[in-house]
Amino acid sequence: MLNLFNAMTQFKPEGFSSLLSNNSTTNTHENMPMQEKQEEKQKNRMETRNLTVRYGSNVGVENVSLPIYDKEVLALIGPSGCGKTTYMRALNRMHDLTRGSSVTGEVLLDGKNIYHSDVNPVIIRRKIGMVFQKPTPFPTMSIYDNVVAGLKLVGIRNRALLDEVCEQALRQAALFDEVKDRLRSPGSSLSGGQQQRLSIARALAVDPEVLLMDEPTSSLDPQSTSRIEELIQTLKEQVTIVIVTHNMQQAARVSDRTAFFYVGKLIEAGPTSTLFTNPSKTRTEEYITGRFG
Amino acid sequence: MRIAFQKHLKKLEKDLFNMAKMVAIAVDRSITAMKERDVHEAKKIRKDDIHINNKRFDIEEQCIHLFATQQPVAGDLRELIAILSIITDLERMGDYAEGIAKVVILLADKPPVKPLIDIPRMAEIAIDMIHRSLRAYAERDVEAARQITLQDDELDELYHQIFRELVSIMIENPRTITRCTYLLWSAHNLERIGDRVTNICERIIFLVTGELVENIAKH
Repeated sequence: MLNLFNAMTQFKPEGFSSLLSNNSTTNTHENMPMQEKQEEKQKNRMETRNLTVRYGSNVGVENVSLPIYDKEVLALIGPSGCGKTTYMRALNRMHDLTRGSSVTGEVLLDGKNIYHSDVNPVIIRRKIGMVFQKPTPFPTMSIYDNVVAGLKLVGIRNRALLDEVCEQALRQAALFDEVKDRLRSPGSSLSGGQQQRLSIARALAVDPEVLLMDEPTSSLDPQSTSRIEELIQTLKEQVTIVIVTHNMQQAARVSDRTAFFYVGKLIEAGPTSTLFTNPSKTRTEEYITGRFG
Repeated sequence: MRIAFQKHLKKLEKDLFNMAKMVAIAVDRSITAMKERDVHEAKKIRKDDIHINNKRFDIEEQCIHLFATQQPVAGDLRELIAILSIITDLERMGDYAEGIAKVVILLADKPPVKPLIDIPRMAEIAIDMIHRSLRAYAERDVEAARQITLQDDELDELYHQIFRELVSIMIENPRTITRCTYLLWSAHNLERIGDRVTNICERIIFLVTGELVENIAKH
């Protein structure tokens, strides 16, 4: 991926330099005395501080402070309407596209606030990729073009590089062996599970640091679901993953940490093994044991 | 809300209490049979142990079914794990009662070596411990669970007293060795029941707090 990284950084707009720079003065967290202790335990890839998201007068997420560690899988769970998807969409500025929404507080990526006016949201969405509930291949594009769409968008035309990235992304998404002989076929010709892995490959092709997955298996059969879950385990060696899921067992199987949301608030976050065996909050216990929600 | 699952958990808890009652009754019957030298009753106790064993398998199967179909988590998960562990302890306690019944049969045609005072006292404490532990389980009472383990020390003390007494009888009169060994065997079984109740108390603490601890009275 080194070639890709070099190629992509040539296309960085002005705002991106502040994200790459270590000299930013916006990060007060670096001087905090607790920081060293935190790093001893685990490095933060992202972090939200007092994050609040509003839709008009409605509060979707209220005052959520939560670290997201490097190369971990963080599962967001909670009943419908609890704010988990709203929270996740705030992590790559997807609310910028929603009329009437407002975001306050900070979302830090590598210590830099991604809502800073200098930061280009397009670059952010490349660094923080997203996979949606339903597979989203571009229907008129081939499998190959689907994977490299993000790269072409930023002007990369080097055929050899695109070929290399396409193969690598498809391999990362555990799809290459199934489609290597038909890369020119339409993306929509694949099965649901394959289409979702194609969407993951497309997100991976731009070499993201963080991958957001919004119920990525909810429309898939059990076999495709288990392939995606295995894939998540492999991918976490390279990227940080945040996954929203309604499936408790899936959260328990795939994640390192779990955060429980309820009516827009973060109730509890901690190691998945602890949260599913001995949660500290009664609300969490009641939800995960199915007593409400 | 998973009503069916909650109903099943309640039923399981009820089955667990019934099994504990069966065990406490078996211990009580075995000591009564020993005091009354009732071979007929002792044979019955040995035969009835199968019901305790079957109850254990029945509960175990229900737990396996719930693990497979309900994927329990948090408090529900801890309860099923606790139940699985406790039924093993209860089943072994049933075996100890059966062992005492066997001693009753073995001693039936032999004259008593001494009046039975401390062994029935041990049984009384052991049975009380079983009842109290299941009450602590039902009430999720960690403090009560800790207190019960202190009773185990009392049981251990009585066992050592019986041990010393029987050893001196054997030294004084080697012809009593067989009978004394049988009595020691019975006392040892009662002492083991106390240890098994301590295991149950540890599981109660796990059930309530999620902590796996040993020697809980010291915590």
